[in-house]
Amino acid sequence: MKARAILLAIFLAAGALAAPAPARAVGADEALADPAREARARDLFKQLRCLVCQNQAIDDSDADLARDLRALVRERLQAGDSEEQVIAFLTRRYGDFVLLKPPFKGTTAALWASPFVLLILAAAAVVARARRRAGRAPAAPLSAEERARLEKLLGPGQKGGG
Amino acid sequence: MRRLLFIVPVAALAGVAAVFYALLTDRGRDPSIIPSPLVGRPVPAFSLPRLLGEGGVTEADLRGAVTVFNVFASWCLPCRAEHPVLMRIAAERKVRVVGLNYKDKPEDAKKWLAELGNPYALIASDLKGRAAIDFGVYGVPETFIIDAKGIIRFKHTGPINPGDYPDRIEPVLKKLLAEGGTK
Repeated sequence: MKARAILLAIFLAAGALAAPAPARAVGADEALADPAREARARDLFKQLRCLVCQNQAIDDSDADLARDLRALVRERLQAGDSEEQVIAFLTRRYGDFVLLKPPFKGTTAALWASPFVLLILAAAAVVARARRRAGRAPAAPLSAEERARLEKLLGPGQKGGG
Repeated sequence: MRRLLFIVPVAALAGVAAVFYALLTDRGRDPSIIPSPLVGRPVPAFSLPRLLGEGGVTEADLRGAVTVFNVFASWCLPCRAEHPVLMRIAAERKVRVVGLNYKDKPEDAKKWLAELGNPYALIASDLKGRAAIDFGVYGVPETFIIDAKGIIRFKHTGPINPGDYPDRIEPVLKKLLAEGGTK
C-alpha cells in the first residue's frame, strides 16, 4: 500500500515538473570545423545541465552561462580532451549536479536502486495476494435446508434456470 | 481490515506530502542552490586585470588573510541589494573583501562603485566570465569565504541578505579568524 502511495506521488511530481519543449538555441553558436568532433560536442551538450535553468540541458538553453559552457566544451574538445576529461573538468567546478544523469556511486545508490526496490515490493504484494486467494477454501455445497430455501425464494418456475 | 485499507494509504500519502513540504520550504535545502565541490579546496588559478588601477590579480592575492571573495556585476540587481552588507563587512576591518567583477563593462562597474561606495580592497575584472567558471559560479552574486591559506571554506549563493550575515557568514568568519588568519 505504501509503495503504491509513493509511486502515485512520484507520478504526480513528474507531471508537475515536465516543462514544455523549449526552442533550440545552439544555432547561434559557432560549430567546430571537424564534424566528428562537433557531433561529440553536441552529444556532451545534451548530458550537461544548464545550471541557471536547472532542468534543461545546455544544448537547448539560451542562458548566457549555457552559451559559455558550450564554447568551453568545444574548446576542450578542440584542445584534444576526451569526453570523460571534459565531464571531469566540469564536475570539478560544478559537482555532479552539472550532469543530467547522476553517476552511480555510494551517495546515489538509493536513487538508482529505488525503482527496482519498488518493483520488487510491488511484485511481492501481487504474489502475496494471489497466494492468499488460491489458499482460500472452495465454497461448501449447499445443505438440504439451504437448497429448500433457495427454491422457495426463486419460485417453482425458476428451478433449473428455465 | 477494510478500515486499514483506507487508513494506510492515506497515512502514507500524508507522510510523503509532509516530507516534500519540508524539503521545499527548508531554506537550508533550497533545491536551486547547488553545493560547490570547491569548498575545502584551494582557490583555482586565475590571472585577470584589475578593475581599478594598473596591474593584475591572481589567486596568490587571495592568500594571506581571511577573505570574502564576492562575485558581482553592475547589471545584477540582487548585487545592489547585498551591497550594504559588504560595505558593513569592509567597515568592520576584520577581514579583507575582494571583488570579482563578472561580465561587466569596466566603466559601468566604476560608476556603480562611485555611486554606492567601494567595499573591495581589490577587484579583478572577469570580462569573459572564464575565471568565474573555474570558481563554479552559475549566477551572480555569489560569495566565497577563503581562509588565510587560500582554501575555499564556504560558499554563499545569491545575495547576502541582512539576516544571512549574522546567521551564515559571520560565524564562518569568526571561526576562520580564530584559526589565526591575519588581515
